[in-house]
Amino acid sequence: MDMLGEETIVYERPATLTDLSSHYCPGCTHGIAHRLAAEVLDEMNFRERTIGVASVGCSVFAYNYFNFDFVQAPHGRAPAMATGVKRVLPDRIVFTYQGDGDLASIGMGEIVAAAARGENITVIFINNANYGMTGGQMAPTTLPGQVTTSSPTGRDIEVAGFPIRVSEMLSSLDGAAYVVRRSLHDPKNIRLAKKAIRAAFEVQARGLGFSMVELLSTCPTNWGMTPVDAIHWLETKMLPYYPVGDYKVGPAVAEIKI
Amino acid sequence: MAKELLKGNVAIAEAAVRYGLEAYFGYPITPQTEMLEYLSKRMPELGRVFVQAESELGAVNMVYGAACTGARVMTSSSSPGISLMMEGLSYIAGTELPAVLVDVMRGGPGLGNIAPSQQDYNQITHGGGHGDYYPIVLAPASIQEAIDYIGLAFDLSEKYRSLAVLLIDGSLGQMMEPAELPEMQPVRAAYPHWAARGATGRGRIVHTSIYLNPIEQEKTNFRILSRWREVQANEVRFKEYYLDDAEYAIIAFGTAGRVALSAVRAARAAGIKVGLLRPITLAPFPGNAVRELAKRVQSLLVVEMNNGQMVDDVLANIHDQTPVEFYGRPGGNVPLADEILAEIERIVKGKLTLNGHPRDRWLDRMLTKS
Amino acid sequence: MQVDIIIAGFGGQGVLFAGQLLAYAAMDNGYHVTWYPSYGPEMRGGTANCTVIIADEEIGAPVVGSPQVLLAMNRPSLDKYESSVKPDGFLIINSSIIDRPVVRKDVHVINVPANEIAEKIGDKRMTNMVMLGALLANLPLLSIETIVSELRAHLPERHQKLIPANIRALTEGARFQLEPV
Ligand SMILES: Cc1ncc(C[n+]2csc(CCOP(=O)(O)OP(=O)(O)O)c2C)c(N)n1
Ligand code: SF4
Repeated sequence: MDMLGEETIVYERPATLTDLSSHYCPGCTHGIAHRLAAEVLDEMNFRERTIGVASVGCSVFAYNYFNFDFVQAPHGRAPAMATGVKRVLPDRIVFTYQGDGDLASIGMGEIVAAAARGENITVIFINNANYGMTGGQMAPTTLPGQVTTSSPTGRDIEVAGFPIRVSEMLSSLDGAAYVVRRSLHDPKNIRLAKKAIRAAFEVQARGLGFSMVELLSTCPTNWGMTPVDAIHWLETKMLPYYPVGDYKVGPAVAEIKI
Repeated sequence: MAKELLKGNVAIAEAAVRYGLEAYFGYPITPQTEMLEYLSKRMPELGRVFVQAESELGAVNMVYGAACTGARVMTSSSSPGISLMMEGLSYIAGTELPAVLVDVMRGGPGLGNIAPSQQDYNQITHGGGHGDYYPIVLAPASIQEAIDYIGLAFDLSEKYRSLAVLLIDGSLGQMMEPAELPEMQPVRAAYPHWAARGATGRGRIVHTSIYLNPIEQEKTNFRILSRWREVQANEVRFKEYYLDDAEYAIIAFGTAGRVALSAVRAARAAGIKVGLLRPITLAPFPGNAVRELAKRVQSLLVVEMNNGQMVDDVLANIHDQTPVEFYGRPGGNVPLADEILAEIERIVKGKLTLNGHPRDRWLDRMLTKS
Repeated sequence: MQVDIIIAGFGGQGVLFAGQLLAYAAMDNGYHVTWYPSYGPEMRGGTANCTVIIADEEIGAPVVGSPQVLLAMNRPSLDKYESSVKPDGFLIINSSIIDRPVVRKDVHVINVPANEIAEKIGDKRMTNMVMLGALLANLPLLSIETIVSELRAHLPERHQKLIPANIRALTEGARFQLEPV
C-alpha cells in the first residue's frame, strides 16, 4: 500500500442503496441496474424526493435495496401506479423498475398508455429475454428459437409470434420524450447505460414527459449458463436483435447536456 | 392402468389431456406454472392448441372464444391471476358456456406469497365476478381426486353449460402421490348444437352476454338460476370419515380436510368420538348433509386455510342449532394435525356457545396466543 | 404404521431426488406415500427440503410438525429441525459438513461422513445416496435393492452410467447401522 500513500476510496456503496446483500442470483445484472440507478439518484441529490415503484418479477424486492420511499405494484401495473403517485405529487421523482414479462406482456396496456399520455415518469426496463422469477418461461422478448420452460422446443414464431422490440414501439408515441436501449454486458456499455439513466431522470426533473431506458440484461440461472457465458450470449444473440440506440429523443430533450 | 408417482400440477394437466382437452390458454404463476410448462410440450405433440397468453386477462378471454366453438377448453392460474380473470369468467357465465378453470390457491391478499392457502373460497364459490352466476366448484384432497375431478369438471360444465372450477391449494399442486391416470380418450367428434363453428347448412348462432332489455336479462338470470337448482339437486358430493358414532365433527375441504383426517385419527386413538365431513363440491355446498350432521353431534369444528370463509356457509345451513367453532391458518400456512387435535380437545373439554361468531372467538384466541 | 421423514439440505445436494426415490420405492412396495417439497424462491441458492410420508393407510396431512426421521445434509437443516424430531426418532447427520454435535439426548444419532465417502467413491454428487443408504439401514422398511431398481427406472438416460457408483454409495452408507438396542 506504500505506493498509494494515504488510503483513497475509489469505490463505495451509493448512499441510496441499503447495506444488504441482494437475493439476486450470482452474475445477474439486476444488481448492476440497481447500482446505476442509485448512483444517478445520489449524484442528482434526489434521494429524498424519489418514490420508486417496484413491479412483479425478480425485482419485486427492489424496495429492500433502494434507500428511499417505495411502493410495489401488481404484475404489469407499475406505470399506472406510478401515474397515481406522480399526479398527486408532481414535484417528486417517480420511477418504475420493470422486467420484460411485467412490462411487455401483462403490462403492455399500462406502459403504452403511460407513454402515450406523456406521463412524466421514468421507467427502467430490464430485458432479459425470459420470465426470471417464475422459472424461465417464454417472455415477449424471448428470441425466435430460444428454448425456455414454456417453449421447450424453442420459440416457434408460427405459434408464439415474434419478439417485441419495446423501445422501437414506444418511440412511435408522441407522448414519449426519451426512449433508449442500452446493454449491461461490458464496462463501456454499462457507463453508457448510466448516462442514459441520468438523462432519463433529467427529462423527468424538467417535466419533459415520459422517459424509459431499456437495459439488456442476463439471467444466468434460467438461461442455464455461467455468468460469463450469459454475458457472451447477451452480446452475440440479444444485441443483434435488440440494437442499442436512442429511439426517441424529443427536441427539448436533445438540449440536455450531461 | 398402474399407479404412477405424480406431481399434482402435472397430473391435472395430463388428466385433462386424456379427458379430451382441445385447447389450453395460460400464463405463468407459481405454484401452478408446471401445468402451463407441461402443456406447452404436450398439447403441440398431439396437434392440440396451446397458447401462452400475454396475461390472465388474455388467457381467460381466449378461453371465452374457444368455449364459443364448443371445444373442451381449460385455463389454470393461482390467486392473483384468478382475480384478473374475474371479468372473463363473468362473461363466460353470462353467455352460458362451459369452461374449466383450475385455481391453485396461494397466500393473499395482494401479491401475498406462493405458499398453500384456501383464501379464494369466497371469490370462487360465490362468483367473484359481477352479476349473478354460479360456478361448480370441486375441491380434491389428493392427487387421485384431482385427476378424477378434472374429468368430472369437464363433464359437469358441459352438462350444465356452466363454469367448473377445480379449487386446490399450492401443496396439492406441488406434492407427489401415487395415482392412476385415465386411459387416453379421443377428442370429441361431435359438437353441441350451440357451438359457433360456422353456419354451414343452418341458421346463425350468436354468443353474447348483452341483454339490453332488463326483462330479457332477468329471464337469463332465472334460466341460470334454474339450472343451478338442478346442479344443487343432483351434483352434491362429499366424503365422510368416522361419522357413524361421532359426537363431534370436523368440516374441512382439500388439504385442510386431509390434515383434519390425521387429527381425527389421533383423537380417536385417544378415545374421542370425532369424525370428518369433507365437502368435495364446495358449490353446490353439501348443505343438507351438514344440517343432518349438525343434528347428530354436540358441536362442529370448521377448519380452513383462511380467515373463515366456508364457515359462513356452514352457519347459513344449520341456523344456530348446534355450536360451531372455527380454526384457520390464513396467509399460506398449512395447519398441523396437532393444532387441530388441540382444538378438538378444547372443544370436548370446554363450554360451547351459540352466541357470537366462531370467527371472532377464533381470532381472539389466535391473538392472545401470539 | 406411518413413518414421517424430512430430508433437508442445500439446493443442489440432491435432497428432492433422494426423497423421490424413497417415494417411488414405497409406492412400488405397496405403501401409501406422499412427497412434499419446499418450493419457490426458497430454491434459489438457499435450502431445500422435502417431507416423505410412508404409511399403510390413506395418508392425511402431507406435512408434519415432528418427523420420526430427519436426514440433515447440512448445518442449517440440523439447526432448523433438530428440536422437532420425535423422541426415540432418528437423526441422520452429514458429519462431513455439520460441525456441531446433536444436543438432543432422546433420539438416535447416526453420524455419516457422507461427503468424504462420496468423494472416495469419486463423485461428490453421491452424498445424498450415502445418506439414503444410512437411512435405509436404520429403518428397515425398504431395501437397498428396491432403491437401485428405482434408480434404474428414474435416472435420466445420460446418468444411467452412474448406477454402479450409486450402488456403492448406498452400500457404504448402509454400513452406518446403529446397534440394535
Ligand atoms: C397477475 C399475476 N400473474 C402472474 C404472476 C406471476 N409472476 C410473478 S413474476 C412473473 C414474471 C416476471 O418476469 P419478468 O417481468 O420478465 O421479470 P424477471 O423476473 O425476469 O426479472 C410472473 C409471471 C403474478 N405475480 N401476478
Ligand atoms: S432468476 Fe434470472 S433475473 Fe432472476 S435473479 Fe436469477 S439470474 Fe436474475
